[in-house]
Order: sequence, then structure tokens, then C-alpha cells
Amino acid sequence: MVLQSLKNCFWLSCVVRTPKACFWSTASGGLIIQSVSNDVYQNLAVEDWIHDHMDLEKQQVLFLWRNSPAVVIGRHQNPWQECNLRLLRQKNIKLARRKSGGGTVYHDLGNINLTFFTTRKKYERMENLKLVVKALKALRPQLDVHVTDRYDILLDRQYKISGTAAKLGRTSAYHHCTLLCNADKFALSSALKSPFKGLKSNATPSVPALVKNLFEEDPSLTSEMLLDAIAKEYAVQHQIDHHITLINPADETLFPGISDKTKELQTWEWVYGKTPKFSVSTCLNMTYKDSVLDVKVNMDVKHGRIEVCNIDLPEQWLPPGLYSELVKSLTGSKFCPNETTTLVTTLLRVCPQDDELYSRWSLLCENMIRLM
Amino acid sequence: VCIHRVRSCSSIRFIKSKYVCVFDKSALKFSHQQRLFRTSAVSCGQIVQFKLSDIGEGITEVTVKEWYIKEGDSVSQFDSICEVQSDKASVTITSRYDGVIRKLHYSIDDIAFVGKPLVDIEIDASKGVASEEDVVETPPMSHEEHTHQEIKGHKTLATPAVRRLAMENNIKLSEVVGTGKDNRILKEDILNYLAKQTGAILPPSPKAEIVPPPRKAEAVPTAPKDKARKIPVPVSRPIAFAGKDKTEPVTGFQKAMVKTMSAALKIPHFGYSDEIDLTQLVQLREELKPLAEIRGVKLSFMPFFIKAASLGLLQYPILNASLDENCQNVTYKASHNIGVAMDTEQGLIVPNVKNVQVCSVFDIAVELNRLQSLGSAGQLGTSDLTGGTFTLSNIGTIGGTYAKAVILPPEVAIGALGKIQVLPRFNSKGEVFKAQIMNVSWSADHRIIDGATMARFSNLWKSYLENPALMLLDLK
Repeated sequence: MVLQSLKNCFWLSCVVRTPKACFWSTASGGLIIQSVSNDVYQNLAVEDWIHDHMDLEKQQVLFLWRNSPAVVIGRHQNPWQECNLRLLRQKNIKLARRKSGGGTVYHDLGNINLTFFTTRKKYERMENLKLVVKALKALRPQLDVHVTDRYDILLDRQYKISGTAAKLGRTSAYHHCTLLCNADKFALSSALKSPFKGLKSNATPSVPALVKNLFEEDPSLTSEMLLDAIAKEYAVQHQIDHHITLINPADETLFPGISDKTKELQTWEWVYGKTPKFSVSTCLNMTYKDSVLDVKVNMDVKHGRIEVCNIDLPEQWLPPGLYSELVKSLTGSKFCPNETTTLVTTLLRVCPQDDELYSRWSLLCENMIRLM
Repeated sequence: VCIHRVRSCSSIRFIKSKYVCVFDKSALKFSHQQRLFRTSAVSCGQIVQFKLSDIGEGITEVTVKEWYIKEGDSVSQFDSICEVQSDKASVTITSRYDGVIRKLHYSIDDIAFVGKPLVDIEIDASKGVASEEDVVETPPMSHEEHTHQEIKGHKTLATPAVRRLAMENNIKLSEVVGTGKDNRILKEDILNYLAKQTGAILPPSPKAEIVPPPRKAEAVPTAPKDKARKIPVPVSRPIAFAGKDKTEPVTGFQKAMVKTMSAALKIPHFGYSDEIDLTQLVQLREELKPLAEIRGVKLSFMPFFIKAASLGLLQYPILNASLDENCQNVTYKASHNIGVAMDTEQGLIVPNVKNVQVCSVFDIAVELNRLQSLGSAGQLGTSDLTGGTFTLSNIGTIGGTYAKAVILPPEVAIGALGKIQVLPRFNSKGEVFKAQIMNVSWSADHRIIDGATMARFSNLWKSYLENPALMLLDLK
């Protein structure tokens, strides 16, 4: 296998139509590229770029990528429902929303991602997954791996080692899947366990599954070996050279406009704001001065912002003016701890300086913020 | 000639209309494979039912997840209409027509069926002459392939009218930057490109020039301009500005700022400014910086400013006080919780360092580091943001000399620090030397603080910073 650096390869110079013989024209049928970046947003941006800009009629593309720890939710999912956001923030695990459908996955360097780009007409997920299974079996014939009709790949008939998702556009499509080589299973299960209670939504739910790393089955396997085996099989099936071209997702000359895509994928509006409408109906158990208060909270959240907010406090527990100010401030603001913290602390500045009030206010606000 | 593209796909109803020839055929240079239909000036738009096309893999139903348009919106061909999901695949459905959306057949989370109508689109009524775009009937090839000039590895979106203009002027579409939706190349882009190549004068546009009318509300209508133009006219750059005002609600950080500053209006502010010679402090910090780094802490000037302020507040506690709502009582706060204005991505945030009166300069530096990293990560807690009694704003890190800061209620004073500049000053011997000068601008609540108090506090603060050894003398 030869890893070619981009400088030696002319394929992208074809974008500007140079008459030179290029990788493109000799490598008919397929192209295999691998990202040098481990940034989930950059890699998702590459997928988006290829989907929008490349002509896949004559040449299909296989994109290989790995990310540093990140949780990736599907296009129509609810991050509050799918993962432990507080844990993600604490551990500095990134959260990304991809453009394809499907469920939530945990990525780290022990998990490899494969994206199969084709024209819309040639979109065929089963074929791609069978290719992966064939590659795995060629590498280790004794592996018991097969594709289910839910487009998962199972090891030993019970452990999920790969999940699938797809995106279809007008003329092109892509199917991507993961492959668990040597991921941190503990981090995976704790990140994907949401403590949220009382959430009602029509967002696509994830289907939890028992997982296992291929490494656990055969410790001689590494991510690199798996990537290579899959690339080899792809090359054979598309009758192309077994070359993997390295690409840098930050290179604006190769991918004009990609930095805008990368930025967009990181905005709050995309990651959280695209959550389908949901409602929160929960009870805060607050301990205040030897008594326990049960405070019912009901909120409707649309586009990640609080549309309606109801907090059922005991009468006169807070001065009514302050309570209505709180509800007014929360309405229309993001369902986000940072923004809520800023708003509630600001409100404290403009109300009477009273220690009792201050402690009640803090208690209520801390509990509210913990929900987000 | 007005030409309409009619696709051979069965799901589209043929548009039956009168044939009217409006333009010269001679201007057209199309290949022989295409037949040209001439269509009318239809007086009212025709409603076409846009059906959900085949998704592939034998899928017959999908869930509608998001609408990108609503009833009454204008759409152009290739604009995204909605997002549907089926079995882990998210599909973007794009419009086949230019027109106005008249009816959405489904709501969010409804099941939509392949082959059944998704939306009703009213095809644009011609305004007497040009129709939305040139259309060419193609032999049974998918229209996508024909519409896109496929440069290797790169698709270029352009309507046939634009494509023709490029062809006539020997322009390679791949070299033109598209500024339309989805980077599509508009007529303006070709004109711009031409103007750059040939100077300001454009070749005469053929009489039969058909121009796509404005899409949505963004582009400036070019059709009337073009019709009138028969002689070459120098194109003035920049081409008409197509931007428009954007209104959005005030939320989040901005809302917080509105509340705080509106409350601050009630406070009668007075200002007091001075110049501080930081030459000695700069030197001291240079010596201490590496030592702090060994301890894992980044040492800026702020810890010194903050500690000096606290020492000053010990002498002038009224600056660390709070006036109640009715201005009846003044509360002298025991703790010096000194706030530090921070500029984050989302906006202004003011966390405070608690109990500076019992902290060393190093302690303050550690705490500042913690607050700064939490602030940039957007993870400051309520306790970090409440309880402040006095604030410093180091706007000088961004720039500026003098500023007029607004007091943050319920505090009564605030200091804005300008940037450190190297300026010539006279020493006691009358010699000119290089001094590191910083300006400070204080604002205070004139209801309970008077100018003299502010001035004395400022002098004391200044003396600590100009002669850091003095801080050592008064350390508690």
C-alpha cells in the first residue's frame, strides 16, 4: 500500500481543468482518501464538501477518517436525550451533529469511520457493508462477522461493531459507517447515557446495543490494518490502484469553502438549534432550610430555545416580580447552561440585596441550570 | 424565445399553454439535440403537484423531519424544500421548479409516501416576457446531467441563460466565482468576470437576452435594465448591493447586558482619570513571570492591579459598598470580591475573584487563570458571576487609553484600564526617560462617592503600582 501525499497527486488539480494527465483520469472508477485530521468538525465538513461539489458519476470515493473523542448525533436527534452533556463538557469531549440520519455514536481514535460516496442512483448500503465484511474476513478468516438487515455489522452474532447512516441529496449520496477497533468502551457507555428525565420528543431515538471492539476478539488487529484491508478490498472492487491519498481538511485551496462548512458545524444553532421540538416535564427536588421542596418545571423547547416556561414554586417563595422577570428572561433564550447562568446572575443585580433572597434564588437557578 | 424545459419524467404534468414567440431565434445557439418549446405569457400561475420521487432501496415511505420553506415562499429550481428520513438515511428533497409554494401536504413527523404529492408549487406567472429560465427539452437523459456543466470533479450550477452568456463570451464557468445560492453562477458573476477581463465595456448583449428574474427577495431585478439596454454601457462596480436588513430578537448575553445597563442608568456617574507610570511594575513582572510559570500559572498585570485595588479599598471602604433601592442605607461589604470584565465569544461577562483582601498576588493569578479558562469554555458557574463588590475592566488589552465605564449595580465604582504605552516623561532631575504609561478611568456613584474620595483612592492605588515595594509595606 502506498500512501501518497497530496503534492505528488494531481487529482485535485483537475478541479481547475488542467490538461495534464491526472490521477483522476487514470484512476477510473474510484478514489480512496484519508484525512490527516482528527477533528470531527473538519472531517464532517469534508463529507459535506464532497457531497456538494464532487462529480461522482465517473468516480466513486471512499473516505477514511478517525476522530479524537467526540459524540456524533444524527441529523434529527436530541442531544439532551442522547448523551450526558455535563460529562461531555467536563471531559472536553466534542459534540457534533452530522447531516446524515440515524443514531448517536461515540468516536475516538479506536473507532474508524468509512464514507462511501456515490451518485444518488448508485446508492447501495448493503453492498458497501458486504465489502467491509469481505475485507475483515480476508484479513482474519476466523472472524464471525455479518451484516444485519438494520445495516449493522455484528460480531459473534451479538456484538455490534458497526453502525450505519446515510445522506441523500439531489444527485449524490453517501453512506458512512463506523467500525469499532479499539475504542474506550467505558467512555463510550458513560458518554452515551443521558441522565435526563421527563423529556418528550419526536426526535429519532438511538437504539442501544451491546458493543465489542475487534481488538478484544483479536489483539493483533490495529486500526491501521483494518483501514488498509478495507481500502484494499475497495480498490479491488472498483478496479483501481491500491493507493490512499492523504488530504488535509483545513486546506482551503483543495476544498474551497470548506472552512465555512467547518465553522457552521460548530455553531450552537446547528448542534443544538436543529433539535426537533421537545418538551421537558420534570420535578426539582430542592432542599431548603430543613424542608424539601418539590418544584414542578415544564418547558417547551423549539430550535433549542425555550418557548414556554412554567415553574411551580410555592406562593411567595420568591417575590412575584422577580419570578415573572425570571420567566420572561428564560423565554426565548437558549436552553443552555451558559446563557441561563448569565441571565439569572444579571437578574440578581437588579433585585433587593437580601441574603435570604439570594440563597433561594441561587438554589432555584442552580437546579434549573443543571437540567440543561 | 422563451423556452421551457420539459422533463420526460412521468410524474410531471405537461404545462399546456399558448405559444407566443417573443424573441429572435437567432440569438440562440443550442445543439441540435434539443427541441425548443415556446411557451407563453400565462396570465396566472399553474399549480404543479411536486411528488416525492423514489428514494431508492425499495423505500416507499419516509418521515418528514424539517421544512426549509413555508407556504407562500418563492423557490428556485434546486432549492432545498425539506428533509425527510427513512431508516437512518436523511434525504434532502430539492425543488424541480421555480415558483411559489402554495401547499405543504405534510406536517413535521408525518409519514410521506413516494409517488404522492409533497408540495404544490405555482409556477411563476410570466410578467409578459421572460419566464423564469430557459428550458430545453432533452432526450431521455436525466436533466441533472444536462444542467450541470461537469468539470472534472467540480459541478457548476448555472442556468442555461447564464451558461449561454458564458459560452458567447468564451468564458470558462469553472473560472467564474458563483455568488448565488449554493455557489451557483449568476449573470452578475459573468458580467463581473468580463469586466475584469476586458475593461469596463461589455459587448452588446443580444436582444434575445433572457434574464432569470430575482430569486426570493435577494437579487436586484435585472430584467428591466437589460431590456432597455441596446448600446454597451460601462459596468460600474460594485454591482448593485443585494444585502438587506436583518432583525433578530435580543436574547441571551445581549439581553443580560440590556438589563444591567438599564439598571445602571439610575446611577449618577462621575468620572476621574489619571496616568500611572508602570515602569517599575513592568520590570517586576518580567522577573516574576517565569517563577509563576514554574508553578503552572500565567501571570499578567491584572493580579497586581486587583491586589492594589483591594489595599486601597481597605482605606476607602465606601468604594466597596452598596446603596439600597431607596437610597436609605449604605452597606459596607466586608469581602472584596473584585470583578474582572471578560470578553468571550458570546459577549461581556464579569466573574469576580472572591475575598481578594486575604489573597496573595499569586492566589489571585491562579484564580484568574481558572476564571479565564471557564469563561472561554462557557462554563462559569453562578457563584463565579455573583457577589461582586468592585470591578476592573482591562480594556487596554484590546486597545484604547481613556474610557468611560458603566458601573455594574449593585456596586458603586468601576475602573477602566487603558493600554500600556511607552512614552517620554521627565524624571526628578529634569531628564527625559522612557516610561511605561497606562491610563486609568474611574467611574463612581456620585450619590455616595465624592470626587475627593475617588481621587485619594486613585492616588493610593497609583502609588502601589508605581512603587510596588510599597505594597509590601502594607500587605496584610
